[in-house]
Amino acid sequence: MTGNNAVSEAMRQINPDVVAAYPITPQTEAVEEFAEFVANGLVKTQYVPVESEHSSMSACIGSSAAGARTMTATSSAGFALMWEMLPIAAGLRTPVIMYVANRSLSAPLNIHCGHDDTMGGRDSGWIQIYSENAQEMYDNLIQAVRIGEDMDIRLPVMVSMDGFITTHSVERVDLLDDEAVRKFVGEFKAINSLLDVDNPVTIGACALQDYYTEHKRQHSEAIINSKAKILEVAEEFAKMSGRKYGLFESYKLDDAEYALVIINSAAGVAKMVVNELRAKGVKVGLLKPRIFRPFPAEEIKNALKHLKAIAVMDRVDAFGAGGTPTFTEVRSAMYGLPKQPLMINYIYGIGGRDIRLEDINKVFQKLFDVAKAGKVDKVFDYLTVRE
Amino acid sequence: MALSLKELSKKEETFVSGHRLCAGCGAGTTFRQILMAAEDPVVMSVATGCLYVATATYPYTAWKCNWIHSAFENSAATISGIEAAYQSLKRQGKVTKTIKFIAVGGDGGTFDIGLQALSGALERGHKFLYVCYNNEAYMNTGIQRSGATPMGASTTTTPAGSASYGKPVFRKDLTGIVAAHNIPYLAQTTPAHWRDLMTKVKKALAADGPSFLNILSPCHRGWRNEMKDSINLARIAADTCYWPLYEVENGEYKLNYIPKEKKPITEWLKPQGRFKHIFAKGGNSAETGSTHRSGPNQELINKLQANVDKEWEKLLKKCNQGDKKPDLETVGT
Repeated sequence: MTGNNAVSEAMRQINPDVVAAYPITPQTEAVEEFAEFVANGLVKTQYVPVESEHSSMSACIGSSAAGARTMTATSSAGFALMWEMLPIAAGLRTPVIMYVANRSLSAPLNIHCGHDDTMGGRDSGWIQIYSENAQEMYDNLIQAVRIGEDMDIRLPVMVSMDGFITTHSVERVDLLDDEAVRKFVGEFKAINSLLDVDNPVTIGACALQDYYTEHKRQHSEAIINSKAKILEVAEEFAKMSGRKYGLFESYKLDDAEYALVIINSAAGVAKMVVNELRAKGVKVGLLKPRIFRPFPAEEIKNALKHLKAIAVMDRVDAFGAGGTPTFTEVRSAMYGLPKQPLMINYIYGIGGRDIRLEDINKVFQKLFDVAKAGKVDKVFDYLTVRE
Repeated sequence: MALSLKELSKKEETFVSGHRLCAGCGAGTTFRQILMAAEDPVVMSVATGCLYVATATYPYTAWKCNWIHSAFENSAATISGIEAAYQSLKRQGKVTKTIKFIAVGGDGGTFDIGLQALSGALERGHKFLYVCYNNEAYMNTGIQRSGATPMGASTTTTPAGSASYGKPVFRKDLTGIVAAHNIPYLAQTTPAHWRDLMTKVKKALAADGPSFLNILSPCHRGWRNEMKDSINLARIAADTCYWPLYEVENGEYKLNYIPKEKKPITEWLKPQGRFKHIFAKGGNSAETGSTHRSGPNQELINKLQANVDKEWEKLLKKCNQGDKKPDLETVGT
């Protein structure tokens, strides 16, 4: 099945009370398929075919605050149109679950993969989970329900995968039984529901200088604490499915001297290059972040601190920043080590440009050069670009 | 559906005192009436604006009903989700009570930035009442013009000056735009006509689908009138036919109030500071460039009067009432 098929299957099995969504490429297939499930009575869901993504997130906030398990899906420009509502969903602590098909932002218009959308929303207070392939997407979406709805967390969660590369490619996906998923996600427990008319509640009151900070502090604590919950849910999921997840994946890192940090589908290509180089006896590895928010800085530092050189690769630019999103996070995590690995930053694959084995190889060759020279001459670069 | 003040006085209030709305604000009176008219429990979604910040500043609330604010332009979209949750949970037997839904926006949040969300929610047929409390400008942010601001009004973004007589264009006909969605019930009213307003709320909440009320709600800060005159001004708006009280029930237009004597538009304009420049000596006509050193901008007054007359005639035709008088029973005075 395609990545989108895996999403709609997961949604069917999660069987949310409400889905409010608007179509956008390359997410469309997932909501179309889900609409078919609704039309055929396979789910109990009330489907709200909203007139825009701004309204889909607004409706999701209302629905979640009313005590309904709520899901939505989007991509690129749709994510951008939702943007105002993302911190509101998080600030009101509505555990909405959102599927994002990663796609580059305009201009120029491009319908293919880039992480501009979710990276642009990384500080909106949502938990963020990234998926390398359709299997991970399916597994992560099911786990997201448990993470976001946990009583100590109560935060929205976005789970994403690469537009077209993963959303539209056909892969083998092992599905769980409907009953197993139903049991795993459990019932949604409402708190302060808008439909509990015997106990009226005011949600979203304005909080000025006197209380705003306290609200944000509580939110901050919840997302930091979610790290432990994410691992706990992953462990339970592993018992059910046999598939293990952590905060990130370490691939041949333990004894590695050089490594890449790379998110989503390109990590698959990179693993092949790691295997090829390992076969030649070169000690290389890979770290693939799964949870970007909360960012597991301490754990990543511990996984990477023994390396000679690291290349952090992002599928998005950060225009004038000190590096791309993952790079600045990782480098900041590494700061303060007595012996810091040398670090470089690449932008690759934006707008859906293919990332080939030889491109990844080039990055490793650069890492060997950097380590040999003992210094970094150019921190930031574009990979595969016509200059 | 007869309403008596005696009966109403016994009802427990849902919008309670202690809020921070200005003395003489139309919104407080309006929402007190709206919630008194509701019989079933209601859930409200309120857009950013005066009503929000003055009634729900943490840790206080003036609302004894379930209530949410999420943003400025989306109270219709937010209520869509709440109503969808209600439909879903009711179908599953998890909610058993009958609940009514009210979304609220000011004129800025409804005529302008929230128009799309409103249109979408009306088209999808959610069962809810949308209330536009229309004070004819962005009052909460300091009296900027909106799509509801009347021609000639001086606002902070359309100030009257030596080359301007205030807002240069007419307001948009939002009630007409909403009517084009063919929803079961919609109406215009004011808090000065309490019986009319409350009857309309009852009809709107009973409608089988979306309903809409456009309520002219005086704001003395923006209109620059005497605080004590607010409700009276709302009455004058209807008496001049500047703000006709009418309803559209299943496509049928009906006038609810025909003034015994249609008052001239100047009676509406004169008590309001936002139109002061129209009557000032030395006033300027942006249209001709001439300066009215000797008196009011008669040209503009004529234009405003002509527009009221034209709209009123159009409405009379739509209501097709001929000599038939409206049911004055419904109009509280």
